[in-house]
Amino acid sequence: MAIDGSYTRAQLMVAAAAREIADHEVIFVGMRLPLLGFLLAKSLHAPNAIGIYELGIVRETVSPEPILTMGDLPNLYRSAWLADTFDAMCLLQQGFVSASFIGGAQVDRYGNLNTTRTFDTAGRMAALPGSGGACDLACLARRHIIVMSHERRRFVERVDYITSPGWGEGGSWRNDVGLPRGGPSTVITTLGVLRFDAETREMVLASVHPGVRVEDVAAQTGWNLKVSSDLTETPAPTAEEIDLLRRFDPKGYWTGK
Amino acid sequence: MLPSKVLPLSEAVQRFVPDGAAVALGLSLETAIPFAFGHEAIRQNKRHLTLIGPISDILFDQLIGAGCVDRVRAAWVGNVITGIGYNYQRAVESSSIVVEHHSNFTISLALKAASMGITFLPSLTALGSDIASENPSITTMSCPFTRKRLSAVAAIRPDVAVVQVQRSDISGNAHVWGCLGITREACMAAERVLLLAEEIVSSDTIFRDPNRVLIPGFRVSAVAHVPWGAYPSPMPGYYNRDHEEFLRYKNCSKRPEDFEVWLRSDVHDVPDRDSYMRKCIGEKRMQALAIHHHSIAEGVDYGY
Repeated sequence: MAIDGSYTRAQLMVAAAAREIADHEVIFVGMRLPLLGFLLAKSLHAPNAIGIYELGIVRETVSPEPILTMGDLPNLYRSAWLADTFDAMCLLQQGFVSASFIGGAQVDRYGNLNTTRTFDTAGRMAALPGSGGACDLACLARRHIIVMSHERRRFVERVDYITSPGWGEGGSWRNDVGLPRGGPSTVITTLGVLRFDAETREMVLASVHPGVRVEDVAAQTGWNLKVSSDLTETPAPTAEEIDLLRRFDPKGYWTGK
Repeated sequence: MLPSKVLPLSEAVQRFVPDGAAVALGLSLETAIPFAFGHEAIRQNKRHLTLIGPISDILFDQLIGAGCVDRVRAAWVGNVITGIGYNYQRAVESSSIVVEHHSNFTISLALKAASMGITFLPSLTALGSDIASENPSITTMSCPFTRKRLSAVAAIRPDVAVVQVQRSDISGNAHVWGCLGITREACMAAERVLLLAEEIVSSDTIFRDPNRVLIPGFRVSAVAHVPWGAYPSPMPGYYNRDHEEFLRYKNCSKRPEDFEVWLRSDVHDVPDRDSYMRKCIGEKRMQALAIHHHSIAEGVDYGY
């Protein structure tokens, strides 16, 4: 919650995600919070953004009723294209997708994401659901944005498994392994917003959410986190953004009440 | 007139899904998941199945929890609106199933390659990922023309693809609409195709709109008439998603002992889909999930 309780942390994250979308961009929309981020951007500053969903849906308009997940029938209603996953992925592979959104269970300093399996300090394995389309989105979009919870067990020195490649080992790694473009541009977490150094490709803290201190972020990060020289505070969601989010997520399933 | 391929679902499963079969299902990702098929396979105590799919919602988790599965070749296994699939998690952590990890694109490519009758397809996805480095069905290659690096995804040919369709004639000529995920590739790739249809209609109804046909009827082995066969997933034109059921399943599958109770009440103690819908779900809930906001497309002229 915000200090004054006027919005939830999830609402702030969705608003931050929406601001990553520019008008006229083609957005490959992921699950959960990004689903709402796209709707928010579309309703405010990016009315001409186009949404692609991996089920094989292209939308030019906001769905007529709130949806909990992308396969809900209102998300098919009067869509611009109903096709196959293969078609959506081919648009992505050709380079037509400006930005994609991905969630993660574990991330490292170069933005590599793991949603396949993790190991605790005792070496016990935890099996996670897997890639879905995340690996494809991370490989083939012109940029991708990561949205996840900021906890020390999730922000680790090196991920246990690269499900969705980020900047790999930094520098020119993506080019070296043959990836045609892209890479993570932004990580939106429960504590702040992080971006990547243009040369080293290492994650840098760019803003902290209202009420969060840099040392709070550092304490929840498993490596020596770099902080931007012009660190800012993440803008709180506006009243208009909160109103819209309450309409898109009326029961607060994703964003809380 | 071609002979009818219509069978009761139980008989179709008996005949076309032997123990050890590689079954592609849940191919539209979140919509049209053939739950009725999965529950029948559980009732028939199928064993040693390989499940093939993209993002698979809770049906994979149910089949795994019931002990039907040895191997999974898929992009994601869980509960789409809540995350973890608990039976899947337990099975992977105890090594009782083998998982071949894919992405949605690599599994599409694997089925597309088989549908083309070739052994692999190249791509730009998964390069640098552990999906590519670990999965024996994915490797890298150099493009024979540009010498650039590509990933190569080996073909996957399922023994049977199982699809819930909106309507089919008795020969397996079926209309589908909505977002189809990897349904087309899987049906083209599979040795056999098993359809579950919301409605059985005349061939004339089908052939008046042939652009909507999933796959030529001669490629289909059997058709079962199973209204509400995809419930609780949504079926375009027929019913909406029942989110409550996915939330309930989360609680019913968290602990193995609770899952056993769920298996009994929701699968073993009901003989078929019709009684499941009447007894476990009920008319009131079915009414609430029905399509209330219709949107009928313009007709098109196929004449000459």
